Amino acid sequence: MSLKTLWHKLGSPRWFYELSGPWTTGFGVAAALLLAVGCVWALAIAPEDYQQGNSYRIMYIHVPTAILAQSVYMTLGVAGVILLVWRMKLADMVLACAVPFGLWMTALALVTGAIWGKPTWGTWWVWDARIVSMLVQLFLFFGLYALREAIPRADAAGRACAVLAIVGLVNIPIIKYSVDWWLTLHQPSSNLLTGPTMPSEMYLPLFVNIIGFYCLYAYVLLASLRLEILRREEKTQWVQQQLQQPLPQQPQAV
Amino acid sequence: MSGQSERNLSLNLNQGSQGLSKRLLRSQLGRELRILVRSPADVVNPLMFFALGVMLFAVGLRGEREVLAEFAPVVIWVLVLLANLLSLENLYRRDFEDGSLEQLVLLARPGFLAVLGKILAHWLQAGLWLCLVAPLAGLALFLSPDQAGFLFITLLLGTPALSLLGSVGAALTVGLGRGGVLLAVLVLPLYLPVLIFGASAVLENMAGFSTSAQIYWLASITMLALTLAPLATLAALRISVEQ
Amino acid sequence: MGGHGLYVWLSYGLSFLVIGLLVWRVRSARRAFVRQARARAQRLSAEPQAK
Repeated sequence: MSLKTLWHKLGSPRWFYELSGPWTTGFGVAAALLLAVGCVWALAIAPEDYQQGNSYRIMYIHVPTAILAQSVYMTLGVAGVILLVWRMKLADMVLACAVPFGLWMTALALVTGAIWGKPTWGTWWVWDARIVSMLVQLFLFFGLYALREAIPRADAAGRACAVLAIVGLVNIPIIKYSVDWWLTLHQPSSNLLTGPTMPSEMYLPLFVNIIGFYCLYAYVLLASLRLEILRREEKTQWVQQQLQQPLPQQPQAV
Repeated sequence: MSGQSERNLSLNLNQGSQGLSKRLLRSQLGRELRILVRSPADVVNPLMFFALGVMLFAVGLRGEREVLAEFAPVVIWVLVLLANLLSLENLYRRDFEDGSLEQLVLLARPGFLAVLGKILAHWLQAGLWLCLVAPLAGLALFLSPDQAGFLFITLLLGTPALSLLGSVGAALTVGLGRGGVLLAVLVLPLYLPVLIFGASAVLENMAGFSTSAQIYWLASITMLALTLAPLATLAALRISVEQ
Repeated sequence: MGGHGLYVWLSYGLSFLVIGLLVWRVRSARRAFVRQARARAQRLSAEPQAK
């Protein structure tokens, strides 16, 4: 299928619903497997850090959630552009469904960071650049959530959130830079592509967990999208037909 | 006399021709300023809020000279941010209620300039006055005259960005009954870079360091906001007007 | 875990609690929706016959 026809087909919630069923299951299974493998590896097999001892194992949760928090916001910005320019229904639903996941990932990144900070820095909280950027990100996610809750009409809420998501996306680099410039204290993040500062037996489980979190995101997003499609298209014939079928048994994920 | 002035208040929307855009901006700005002259409370209230905030900080810190001078740049910048935020709520509310906002969004061409006119008027109403009053507050918090003057310059560069960024939030929340707290939640994260560069410029200047980086950053944030924020505002107003 | 066990288990526990909640919420919402929608559909198809 050419990209152009794919683009047009994405405009049809029905097509997307029918296609996404197996993908949802697949991502769910992959997330469960990868996270199980990654976490056992991280907790039991990976060697102890010679400086931080065992507390560094929090990194295997902290780093993926922090990465996911940013990826989810990117998704929102892109969905916002697509919604405003092409009025695609699916983009509207992505904007609605991805926000809670992003909010929770940001919160988890902050909380696990605080827990990690206690044994390594001796304090739960410091006003360090990356922590503050993450906090701002939390407020941005919360703003999107609150704005949607406040606007009664669904399509107006969707487009208002699109504008806000785009404005946020343009501002995030400026916010990050300014905060970074003013409060730098954090250890530099080790880059996964250009050679990590960790030995491979330490960073491989991290890699597995990051992929696992991405699969989890895909699973939760697709599952919420499919539910949202059913809700919005309840009156159509194809949804009524779907409802007649017995519930598809999705394997228990995670 | 009243009939004449009422007509002056009506929207002067020039459609179509590009050559008329300058007139659109001017007439929009003129209309806003005439409204402003007739309701001085809109100018005075944020300033009173600002002065009250300065007083609360000064008394709370027991008026101690060294402490106040150290905190003054941050206190003043934060209060400017908040005073500006409070004044945002009225930016589109009245026009939304009497229906002229709808005309502005649907009819004004180019809409960019019409919105820019409103934002400029908001800056003249809130930002400019805060810029003028803040150095006095700085002197009251024991900044030296030089530093108060420098504070004025940073505010002059930064406050337009506050009006511009804030107008997007105000446009998104204008149709909602009680948008006040929501507006703060939406807008304050976007204000953070302005606060950082503004306050740090004054702090570093007091410590005797070079501050050109902050000045350039403030100027470029304002320029970026000037080019993008009216577009985002216009999109947001269209959504708010439709509901 | 050399004195750091509490911190490590706390963060893993919290994370999996949140992940579980996120997954459970969407799955239970789907089940609830399907149940309600089926009931609505049955009411709709039953009504014309009652008249």
